[in-house]
Order: sequence, then C-alpha cells, then structure tokens
Amino acid sequence: MASVTYDHVVKRYTADVTVVKDFNVEIQDKEFMVLVGPSGCGKSTALRMLAGLEGITEGEIRIGERKINDVAAKDRDIAMVFQSYALYPHMSVYDNMAFPLQMRHMPKAEIDTRVKNASRILGLDDFLQRKPRALSGGQRQRVALGRAIVRDPQVFLLDEPLSNLDAKLRGQTRIELQKLHRDLETTFIYVTHDQVEAMTMGDRIALMYDGVLQQVGTPSEIYDHPANLFVAGFIGSPSMNFVPVTTSNGTAKGSTFEVKLPKPIGEKKGTLGFRPEALTDRAVEGGSTLEMKVDVVERLGSDQYLYGQVGGDQVTARVDPRMKVASGDEVRLGLDIRSIHVFDAETDKALL
Amino acid sequence: MNWGSFLTTQLPTLVVVIVGVPAVIVGYIVAGEFLVRRLPDAARPSVRPWLWVGPALFFVAAFLVVPAILTAKASLETSKGDFTGLTNYARQLGDFPSGGAWIAIRNNVYWLVLYTLFVLAFGLILAVLFDRVRYESLVKSLIFMPMAISSVALGVIWKFMYWYQPPGQIQTGTVNAILTGLLRTDPRIWIQDPKVNNFAIIGAAVWGITGFAMVILSAALKGIPADLLEAARVDGAGELTVFRRVIFPLMMPTVVVVGTTLVIFALKAFDVVYVMTGGNYDTDVLANRMYKLLYFSGNTGGAAAVAMILLAAVIPVLIFNLRQFRAVEARR
Ligand SMILES: Nc1ncnc2c1ncn2[C@@H]1O[C@H](COP(=O)(O)OP(=O)(O)O)[C@@H](O)[C@H]1O
Ligand SMILES: [Mg+2]
Repeated sequence: MASVTYDHVVKRYTADVTVVKDFNVEIQDKEFMVLVGPSGCGKSTALRMLAGLEGITEGEIRIGERKINDVAAKDRDIAMVFQSYALYPHMSVYDNMAFPLQMRHMPKAEIDTRVKNASRILGLDDFLQRKPRALSGGQRQRVALGRAIVRDPQVFLLDEPLSNLDAKLRGQTRIELQKLHRDLETTFIYVTHDQVEAMTMGDRIALMYDGVLQQVGTPSEIYDHPANLFVAGFIGSPSMNFVPVTTSNGTAKGSTFEVKLPKPIGEKKGTLGFRPEALTDRAVEGGSTLEMKVDVVERLGSDQYLYGQVGGDQVTARVDPRMKVASGDEVRLGLDIRSIHVFDAETDKALL
Repeated sequence: MNWGSFLTTQLPTLVVVIVGVPAVIVGYIVAGEFLVRRLPDAARPSVRPWLWVGPALFFVAAFLVVPAILTAKASLETSKGDFTGLTNYARQLGDFPSGGAWIAIRNNVYWLVLYTLFVLAFGLILAVLFDRVRYESLVKSLIFMPMAISSVALGVIWKFMYWYQPPGQIQTGTVNAILTGLLRTDPRIWIQDPKVNNFAIIGAAVWGITGFAMVILSAALKGIPADLLEAARVDGAGELTVFRRVIFPLMMPTVVVVGTTLVIFALKAFDVVYVMTGGNYDTDVLANRMYKLLYFSGNTGGAAAVAMILLAAVIPVLIFNLRQFRAVEARR
C-alpha cells in the first residue's frame, strides 16, 4: 500500500523514438487509477517502467517516498497481471499462485493458507492441480489475478487484463475487479485502451495520447470538462460531435447555425463540441436550436440515435426513443448550452 | 580425361541424371495418382499416403533394413560364411576388462557421459548468455562455425592443437604452449598418454558439436514468451531463479531431444578417433573397432558382432528420442 509518483518521466528507445514524454502523475495510496489511451500511445511502457521491466530514460518514479529507478524488478514489491496472463505453463494452478510467495521464502503453511484463500475468493478451488493449458480463458485470467493477490503487494498493476475475454465475461470481471480493489485496499494501476473500462472502473483516469499525458481527473471531470479535442473525442460513445465554428463574443457561428455560448470568447476560429445527448427533441430553455437532416435512425429500446447532417457537418444525436423520426426527415433539435465545448482551432485546447 | 570420353561416356550419364531421374519421379507420381483415382472413394485416403512414402520406404529398406539383416546374419558366421553361433560375440565380450571389445566399450561409455554432458552444458550456457549480448547472431555464428568443418579436418586441427615437444623446446601445439607459456607447467603428451588422451579427443569433438546444441537450445529459449520471464521477475525471482524455475523446465523437452541425439552421436563416434589416433593408445571406440576388424583383420564376423552390439545400444535411445520428439511436437 503506497502512493506512486511519476516525476518528469521520459522513455526513449533511440534518439528519435520517444514513447513516453515528460510524464507526471501522482497516484494516491489505495486509489484505482486507470491509464487509458489508444493502442501504441505508451501506456504499457509507462506501466512497465514502474514494474522495473523497462529502464527509465529520464525523470524518476517513486513508490511512497522511495525512488525506484535503480531497484531491480524483483525488489519492487509490485504485482502485475499481464495481458497474456503469463502463467507458468509447466506449473499447476496452485504452484503458479504459490510461486511469488516461495520467492519470498514464506513458510509452507502460510503459503498454503494464502493460496487457498485466494483460490476461494476467485472460485478456483476445483482447478488447483490443473495446468494452465487445461483451463478456459476466464479461468486463466483468474489464476493471473490470484498470483497477484496472494502477495499483498504495495502496488497492483494490470495491463489490459480483460482484453482476451468475451464481452459477457469482461463485464462480470470488471465488477469483480472493483470489488477486489475495495477488499484489498491496495493501489491499483490499470491500463486499458477501452474508454468504457476507464469510465466505469477508475477513481481517476489518466489519459495518454502519443506518449503525452493529456489529462488526469475523475471520470466525470474528464467526461464533462475535457481538456482538449483529443480527450473530448476519445471519451464517450458515440463520441462527441465536432463542428467548425467562428466565435465572437457570446456566440459561435457554424455554417448554417449560430449557438449562444455560456461565456464570451474572443474572435477566434474553433471547434464546437457537444455530446449526442446534449441534443434533445425539444427546445431547451436559454439554449440554441439546430436543423438536422436525418440520414439513419437507430432504435436501441432505451435510446434512439439519429445520424445526420447539420449544415455540411456529420452530427449524431441521442434522443428520447418516443420521438417519431424517419430517415430523410428534417428535424429541429434543441442544444443544451451548458454542455457545449469550444476548442481552439490551433492548439486543440478547451476554451470553455 | 579428354573431350572424347566426356562426350561418349560422361555426357550420357549427365543427361540420364538430369532428365531421367525427374522423369522417373514424375512418372511414378502420375502413374500412382492415376491408379489411386481408380480406387473407390473410401479407400483413397488410406492408400494415397503409401504412394507418397513408398519411395522413401523402398530406399530405407534397400539401404538400411536389408543390410542390417545381413549384418546380423554375418555376426553369427565365420569369415568364410560357416555358422558358428555366438562365437563372435563371445570373443568380443570375453576377457573383461581389457580384452575383446572392452576398451572400446569403456571408451564409448566415456563418450556417452562426458561428450553428452559437456555439449549440453556448454550449449545451454552459451545459448542463455548469448541471448543477452548485443551482437548475438555474430557471436553465435562464431560458435557454430566448427560445425562447418569436416570431422577429418577437425581431427587434424586438434592434433596440431595437442602437439607435443619435450620440455625445454618450443611448444608448437597451442594447448602445450599455453601450459608452458602461461601456466608455467610441463607440457603434456595429450594424444599418446592413456591417462588423458580419451578426454583430449572427446574435448575436440565437444568443440566441434557445441554450436549445434547451442543453436537448437537457443531456438527453444527464444520460444519461451518473454512475458513469462518478466512475470517471474516481478514475482520476485532473481535471474538464476528465473532460469532454474522457469527457463530450464520449459526447455527440458528440447534438452532431452538434443541430449539423446548426442548420445547417439557418442555411440557412433568414429571420425575424430580415426583421424587423431586410429584407435591406438587405448582410445578405440566401437565404430573404429568394427572398421579395423573388417578392413585390417578381414574378420567380417567379428566386425558384424561389434556392429550388432552398437545397434543394440543405439536402438533404445532412438526409440526414446522419437517418442520425446513426438511429445514435444504434440505440446505445440
Ligand atoms: N523496444 C522498443 N523499441 C522501439 N519502440 C518500441 C519498443 N517497445 C515499444 N515501442 C513503441 O512504443 C510505443 C508504445 O508502446 P506501448 O507502451 O506498448 O503502447 P500501448 O501499451 O499504449 O499500446 C509503440 O509505438 C511501440 O511501437
Ligand atoms: Mg499495451
């Protein structure tokens, strides 16, 4: 149990291949921190530097107060769950889970207690003598978790642990992981490329893109106040609508519409962003309206998605399923100005 | 040789080889397939494989099985072809521990144990260490290089390496030069002294084959997913423990296959001994003894008996090796 600090951390493979750039995060003790970003953005690298599996080119990483740049992986007291699970194929489930404890020269009886305890929590009691080969994907994933939780580590690292599971199992395991985090009271750092996992699991989210940390915050902070265009587009599904506008004082002018802004911005080119659910089938008090030409209607029971165009721009709206629309219709939608964003056209930074 | 004989005798042979052999192969396949197609549908899948392994089976039978049977027969006969029962075997296995084939058998046991263990140990150590160096493929090629040398050349090279001059004179043999020059001890008579010569010869053979073991073990090592080793490190294992608990167990099947292959090589040991000592000075091995009995003594029965003893020693290893190989394949 400890906090983790990334202090100006850089990872460079060669002079011109920098995969993690000036990375600064403080992860609190017992926090569930999710590191999210598209594939290849450097999440695993950031995690692996903490685990001691990659060298740290610049900066320092601390666990608690202890700088761990030069501490060997085996001495960092970290448990890690790999995407591939990395179970030892020649060892039984029991031995897989006992291995980290044997490495700590724990007495046999204590090892037995801990392994039995973990296997009970994870429902692996019937498989203890099996080899990993004879397990299903979900069971293997549990063994990987078990191998990590027997240890009582300072920090618990998970690198895309759910990506090899089918959708149903992924949903269940997501919930179980959160329970596990609550019961273990340990710092969790969880890497994923899936924004849904990030939003549902994280106490806080650190969002990376192209080796650069874009924003750190609680799921609602990141959802409601994205720091830049990339964050706004990455979080949320279907993703936020973006329409080019020109701002002047209290309004943003698009190709065929004009939107009032909650607070004035100077004369600028920018991008107006609003989530599909910011659009409604009736006018919003104090809001603006948009004329949308509907191309496709998707009814999902609880929701209704309209895909169409406003002016020349593609827009998605999530409206009340009772609204009667057919493809080809022209509809007038209300836009809640409390949930609109404006991004600078040059820097992509949020202006609102 | 002149153009005349080239055109009249060699050219036709060349043509037959270039045109005739492929023609026979194609003819065999076409005719075979033609016949297989006439068969009822149900029978075809079971017959077709035989068509394709047929030629291989034929050659194995013609060049291995039949000679083996003839050798077994010869081992029960005198050189003139009269049946003598087990006399040949009795002669080869009599007079323990220094008569008959016993010196050769003892030396083959040396080979079996030392050659196999040292090659495995060196191969494993080199494979693991080179896995972590910068110029891995270059260094590995260097170690593999002796494999490209014929055993005869290897024997000659090592004869020079072990060359002996009396103390006080300049040592032209590398090994004795090191002994006298660097370690300041007396030179040793490596090849003629029965106390060391078997080990010297085995050492030369080990040098020649270590690259083979290294390459195969290295491939097995590379087949171990990197994240298993990373997981072990994160779990708290030091590098030696990672090797002992994860790498080695996972390489075990390959180690066994390489090991049994080396055992067979050790049992068949011939060329290096033949070149370096001709089997003299108590360095004889079974294969060389068989060769000498046959060509120098004209003792076909004795040679055949030695061959059968060798065969009897190899077959169990061979079967084990095949089983193991299949087990490794099945695990993939
Ligand atoms: N050994 C390496 N040498 C050079 N580039 C690497 C190496 N390992 C990873 N990379 C690059 O680093 C980037 C980040 O990789 P990674 O951290 O695995 O991404 P993520 O986990 O976010 O998908 C990728 O573009 C990858 O190609
Ligand atoms: Mg990754």
